[in-house]
Order: sequence, then structure tokens, then C-alpha cells
Amino acid sequence: MTLTDWFNKRKTQQLAARDNDVHIDDSIGKLWTLCYNCGAQLPKKDLENNLMVCPNCDYHFRIGARKRIELIADENSFEEMFANIKPCDPLEFFDTQSYKMRQEQAKNKSGLDEAVVVGTCKINGLKTAIAVMDFDYMGGSMGSVVGEKITRILEYALEHRLPSIVFTSSGGARMQESALSLMQMAKTSCIVAKLNEAKLLYITVLCEPTFGGVTASFGTIGDIIIAEKGARIGFAGRRVIEQTIRQKLPADFQTAEYLLKYGQIDFIVERKDMKNKLAKLIELHIKK
Amino acid sequence: MSDKKVQILDFEKPIYKIQDKIDELKKTSIDTNIDYNDEIKKLEEQTKVYKKELYDKLEPYQKLQIARHPQRPNFMDYVSLMCDDFIELHGDRHGYDDKAISGGLASIGGHHVMLIGTMKGKSTKENLECNFGMPQPQGYRKALRLFEHANRFDLPIITLVDTMGAYPGMMAEETGQGEAIAVNLKEMAKLNVPTIAVITGEGCSGGALGLAVANKVMILEHAYYTVISPEGCASILWKDASMARVATDALKITGADLLKYHIVDEIIKEPTGGAHYDIELMANNLKTALLNSLEEFKNMTDEELRNQRYSKFRAMGVFEQ
Repeated sequence: MTLTDWFNKRKTQQLAARDNDVHIDDSIGKLWTLCYNCGAQLPKKDLENNLMVCPNCDYHFRIGARKRIELIADENSFEEMFANIKPCDPLEFFDTQSYKMRQEQAKNKSGLDEAVVVGTCKINGLKTAIAVMDFDYMGGSMGSVVGEKITRILEYALEHRLPSIVFTSSGGARMQESALSLMQMAKTSCIVAKLNEAKLLYITVLCEPTFGGVTASFGTIGDIIIAEKGARIGFAGRRVIEQTIRQKLPADFQTAEYLLKYGQIDFIVERKDMKNKLAKLIELHIKK
Repeated sequence: MSDKKVQILDFEKPIYKIQDKIDELKKTSIDTNIDYNDEIKKLEEQTKVYKKELYDKLEPYQKLQIARHPQRPNFMDYVSLMCDDFIELHGDRHGYDDKAISGGLASIGGHHVMLIGTMKGKSTKENLECNFGMPQPQGYRKALRLFEHANRFDLPIITLVDTMGAYPGMMAEETGQGEAIAVNLKEMAKLNVPTIAVITGEGCSGGALGLAVANKVMILEHAYYTVISPEGCASILWKDASMARVATDALKITGADLLKYHIVDEIIKEPTGGAHYDIELMANNLKTALLNSLEEFKNMTDEELRNQRYSKFRAMGVFEQ
């Protein structure tokens, strides 16, 4: 036996032995989740049953648009609208990969065509126009499609005199569409101006995280501005501010609780109370 | 700029090497009494050709440097060169006067207007005073107060925008930088007077847009308008700030690009080489463009103005359906 043979034999034996190892089911890893906040190992089922809120420390995990709609809308009451509006690549943007490619990846990751889902639903029986952003689609960033869908659903609310709610979750404007995405800030704010003039209630719920162009447009001009518990909300990112002012920021900087202290939001709501609170808010705006 | 020496940008240096050569020849010709006039003439012709070639085909990254030139005319330069009268109005009436945004009542070519703009300094001292042209929320609220004032007295509004963006600071976050900008976007949509915005240098992100939801948006030839600074974009998407040059190209920030997507309505010509080479001429070009624009909207009713502004921004965006 040459040395090479000996090595080859050893390799085959090792590979064969590996087959006999106890088979580890990959899905077991998916059954548990680590809480980012308190570090507790949580059975995923428990977490899901608890609305994706850590039972130990009340940490609110980020949730997708579909899940949120499920938690807010009365059963089977949600009717999606304007789903036909899809992104393209007007600037043929290419950074380390093409924008088209990033759209494809985002679609796979989030199961959505874009970073917002809009439509109408009933909340405890009250018909409402809603827009729900999803961070899993390119960080919930606002490009032409997000701006257009939000504008359309608010136009629908205007036309049908419905109250409207936008749930934000976004890193800001989408760089890949440059000034076109910047203009979505203007577009969405202009339609809110029309809602104001028509005296229609417009509520924003700022969820983890809400930053940049969304904070500086439709996010913070709600008649009522709510933050979901624990959400981080700001205009500039923490790192940018730290680099600019050359000092460390307090740990709770830009949290919902911090913003409440500085008078930037009306109140904070826990996920489990969200639906009832929203319904109550809408109800209290109806003149009696 | 006749009295002060213009700071030369790196890409302009080859031209100025020829210029130096011309000066040298002139000096030698005086010293030695030899006639170099032919050579000088030839070189001067050559400079002209080179200049035309260079400035006609500026790359976005070169334009970016012109837009950021430390001697680029600022808000107060334009005020003093364009206005027959100007009375500055200070403060947000809520405890702060942000020097990064100034504004006041102005008379331009017989028109009485509210003139508001971001202010950049030309020296370190000036820059510290106006926070390098990066407004705090209070600056946007001061602007809003002046918008409403103009609306009440039926005065057209002109805004001149040159900012790296709204200031990212602690107080800015605590007092609602995002909200201040958002409210301006919304309230500018409601105004019943003609509004004209001009991006005169840097038009970076929401900080610029917060003064620019206008009936007409114009941009100076070498100014730029973008959702994020090329440096910021490079460090996020490329994870490398030194890729700024590539990001500048990718972001399509020049006037020509913006015109194509109807984000701006008009480009205002700059003097050869950029506004800082001839501030008077620049101010004159700007004044002419502003007066023409004021004429354009003169006979429109409140509703027509609001509708025109609304439909302009409503149409922005590119998507499939």
C-alpha cells in the first residue's frame, strides 16, 4: 500500500463513518429562536403564539407585512390593492450587484413584490385603508413603487372617505432610485396634505425600525403618531450621528421610549394591544 | 472673482499650467525684449480650446467638486447681488434661530417676494456659525413660519438650496428632524402662492427637499440633487467610502439626468468653469431665470397653483404596472 492509497482509504472510511452519524434534523435549529434582547432561548412556536414578542423581556421581534395584517385586520377582511405595481430599474443601478438582482433576492427573502402591502380591511368592524411596510424587502426602503402604492391607497381613502393607517418599517429612501426615491417623500407628503384638507384621519404606526426618508415624510405627519414598543425611530442613523458629533450616544437613544420623552410621538403601544387601540382611536374621532 | 485668487480644482490644473507658461513668456518677453506674442497667442488659443473641451464634458464627479467649491457663491452673495431690498427675518418663534437657514422679505427686479435659503460660510468662522449649511429642525420650522407669512400676504416664495443635508445631531433627533422636514413637505403642498426652488450647489437628501416642494424647481448647471451623498451611498452599498466616484456616476445626480426624469424643470447656465469664476454673472443668470419664472405663475389662481404643484410631484416615480 502506497502512502496515497492509505490516505484515500482513510478518506473513504471517514466519509462512510459520517453517514452513520446521528442525523441532525436542520429544522430543529429553526424551532428555536434566540431573543436579541435578553438572550433567552425561545421555542419558535411559543414566540409565534405570543405575537413574536419575547415572553421573558417583552422584546418585540420585527414582523413582516403579512403577519402584521393578520394581527390587525378582522378575519378575512383584508383586500389587497394595487398589487400590480412592480419595481423596475430606471437608473440601471449597479453597485456590487445590479438593482434587478437585489429585487430578485428581496422577493425571495420577503415573499413580496415590494416593500409595502396596501389595501382595505376592517378593524373591529371599522373599515380602514392600510399600508404596511416590510423590512425584509430591501430594508423596507422607499422607491417609486412604495411611494406610488402609499399614495394610491391614501387617494383611495380620500375618495371613499376612510380613515387610514400606515405601519412603517424602513431604513429610508432607496438609494438605487436616487432622486426618484427622494421625490417619493414629496409625493406621499402631498397626498397627506390632501387628507388634512379633507379632515380625514391619518394615523402612522412607527415600527422597528423607521429611519431616513420615511421618518422625514409620511411617517411623522400622522394626525396621530404611534410607536410600537421598543421600535427604533430616527432621521439619521446612530453611527452617522456618533461620527458627526464624535461622542457616544446614550443606549436608549432613538428608541420609542426616548422619543416619547422628547414629545415626538403620541404614545407607545404593545403589539398585543395594537388592534384594539387603533380601533378605539378611530372610533373616538367620529363626532357624536 | 477679480480681487481674490480662485482655488483651482485638481482636474483644472493642466489648463493652469498653460496659463503659467503664458505668464512666464510674457515676463520673459518684457525682461529680454524678445517678441513672444505669436507663441503667447497660440497658447492662449490652446487654453480656450482646452477649457471648452474640459468644461463642456465635465464628469459627474468633477461637477460635484464644482458644486462643493469653497468659493461657490452662497445665499448672502445672491441676496446682495440680486435684491434691491432685503430685510432678514429671524427665528422659529419657539426658542431658536438657526443660522443654517436664512430668509426674509426681498425685492427682486420689482417683484416683492419671500426669499429663503440655506446658508454656507466661506471661512471656518462663518461655517461654524451656520453649521456648514446643515440645518437643525428649527431651521425648517423657521422656513415654515416664513412660508406661512408669505402665504398670508400673497407673496411668491423663492428658495435657494445648497446643503449637504439636514444636520445629524443629538438635538436634531430630540427635537424632530424628520418631523420638521416632513411637515414642510406637506405644508409646501398647500401654499396658495407661487413657489420657486433653485438647487444652487448641493441638494442632498431630505434636507434639501424640505425647502423644495415647489411649482418650479430649477438647478444650476453644476449643482447636484440626490437622495444621499455619494460618499454616504458608497459606504453603505460598497462598504467603502472611497468608491464615491463610482457612486456619483451611479446616482445620476446631474442636472441633465434630473431633467430627464422631470425632477427639475430647468437648468440655469453657470459661467465657464463654474459659478465661483464670475459671481456677478451667475447672480445675473439666476435673477433672470427667477424673474421669468415669476412671470410664468403670475396669473394663476390659488387653486391652479396648488394643482400644478400637486400634479407635478404626483407624477414622479418610475414603475411597472
